[in-house]
Formats: sequence, structure tokens, C-alpha cells
Amino acid sequence: MKAGQMRGTGISIVMYVVLLAIAALQFLMAFSNLTTHQMLVRMMILAGIEAAVGVLFFMHLWTEKRTFILFVLIGIFAIAAMQYGWTDSFRLVYCGEKCS
Amino acid sequence: MSEAHIMAGHQMHVEGHSSELVEQSPFALPSKKLAIWLFIIADAATFAAMLVAYGFIRNADPHWPRPFHSIANVAPMTFILLTSSLTMLFGVQAAYAGKKKAAVGWVLFTALLAALFALLHIREWFGLIGEGLTMSKNPWGGSQLFGATFFGVTGLHLLHVIGGFFALLYVTMRYNSGHYNANHIETAGLYWHFVDLVWMFVVPLMYLLNFSR
Repeated sequence: MKAGQMRGTGISIVMYVVLLAIAALQFLMAFSNLTTHQMLVRMMILAGIEAAVGVLFFMHLWTEKRTFILFVLIGIFAIAAMQYGWTDSFRLVYCGEKCS
Repeated sequence: MSEAHIMAGHQMHVEGHSSELVEQSPFALPSKKLAIWLFIIADAATFAAMLVAYGFIRNADPHWPRPFHSIANVAPMTFILLTSSLTMLFGVQAAYAGKKKAAVGWVLFTALLAALFALLHIREWFGLIGEGLTMSKNPWGGSQLFGATFFGVTGLHLLHVIGGFFALLYVTMRYNSGHYNANHIETAGLYWHFVDLVWMFVVPLMYLLNFSR
């Protein structure tokens, strides 16, 4: 096996351990007596970090051209923005019956 | 375009310079890889919409059912899926290194893990159905939408896992027979990693929030 491949395998194993550790942290957090809102925020941050590690190192986005990385990031931003606005639910959640 | 240009283009083609007339692939990516990335972005929108919708429905009901009492099932499932991502990565690396036998072995092992995950998931479903959970009602009280949202989100993910299982088998078979190359293995791998990453959002939302105060 070439040195580059050995390094690639090593990085993959390290990233796998990182992902396992973050997943384990999520499971530990589940039993830490947090409210639903507190737990949701913390877990979504951890899931976001997991997704970023996976996309960058497992899906090798890191090694692609910068324009393509930008393209994917804009795509993710567009999806996130759509989720914020598509149901108008945030407005309904925060102002309840006053809005209806 | 003038007739002279068309003729000039035709002349170039005849002289064996047809590659100059072909538009380059966007981002210099192979078309298969670009296609799977576009699929992943579109599929991410589908999953995001379902998970956000689930979040709103759950938030609207203070008595949302909490049927999960332990992580004995979901923790091994998560471990299996994360491990399958690593084995898939080894398969892709072996394919690019020209180690055909190792690549086939790793990808088949990934497919085996996918099957194991699907079996555990189906077993969990049958357990919940056995307790009386259906798409329109649940035995624990609270929102009757629990079954529809739970089966909807986890079912869509399970469908991706089962689809991925067959895709991995097919790609491995074609790669082994020499019809496919390392690019095809990588494309299948990208899809598989995505299925794994989606699970990282499904677990906290569908299962772990069950244990919140």
C-alpha cells in the first residue's frame, strides 16, 4: 500500500472514531435531564457537526474544486432557508392565536 | 451560427478534433458523480422537509407520545450504519488502488451491514405495531399523528437503506464482471454516506428527544 493510501485510511479511521464519539455524546445527552428545547438545540448542533465531518471527509467534498464546494454550500443554505419559510410555522408558533 | 462556422466545426470533427466541440463537465466532475451530488441535494430537501414538519407537529403537542424506554435498539443500529460508512470508504479506496477483490469484499460487507440495519429496523417496527401503533392511532395517548410521522420519516429512511442495499449489490456485481469501474463504486459510496448522515438527524429527533424532561 502506498504512503498516500495509508494516510487516507488513517484519516478515515480517525474520522470514524470522531463520528462515533459525537454519536455517543448524543446518546449520553439523552439521559442528562435536559428540557426538550435544550436537548433539541444541542443535538442538532452535534448532528450538524457530524454531517459536516461526513460530507467533508467521507464524501470527500474537501478534495473537490472550490467552486463545487461553494455550489454545495449554497444548495445546503437554500434548503435550510426553505425549511425556515415554507410552512410559515415559525410565525404561528411564536404568536399563536393572535395571528389567526 | 453562420454556415461557415458549422462547416468549420464539421471540418474539425472530421479531422479528429471533436473533443474541442464538446462542452466540459461542470466543476470538472465526472457526470455520474455530479448527478449523484444533485440527487443528494434534492433528497436532502425531502428529508429536511419531513423532519422539520415532524418538529412542528411534535412541538404543537405537549403530550407527545414517548414510547421508547431504552436505547438498546437504536444505539446498535447507529453503530452499524456508521461502521458501514467506514467499510464503504475502504471499498472505494481499494477500488481506486486497483484491488478488485478487496473492493468487492468491502462493498459486500457494507451491503451485509445495510441488511442487518434494515432487519433491526423492521424488528423495531413490528414491536411497535405489536403494541398497537398504527398510522392513525397510538396506544400511549397524546397526538394520533405520532404513528404517521414516525413511520413516514423512518420508513423513508428505511426505503433508502433497502434501495442502497440492492444498489450496492448491483454495482458490486457489475464491477466484479468488469462492466463498472472505481467511479461507479465511488458514486454508490456517496449515496451510502448520505443515507448514513440522514440517520444522524433522525436519531435525535425521533428517538432521543423521547428522553427529554
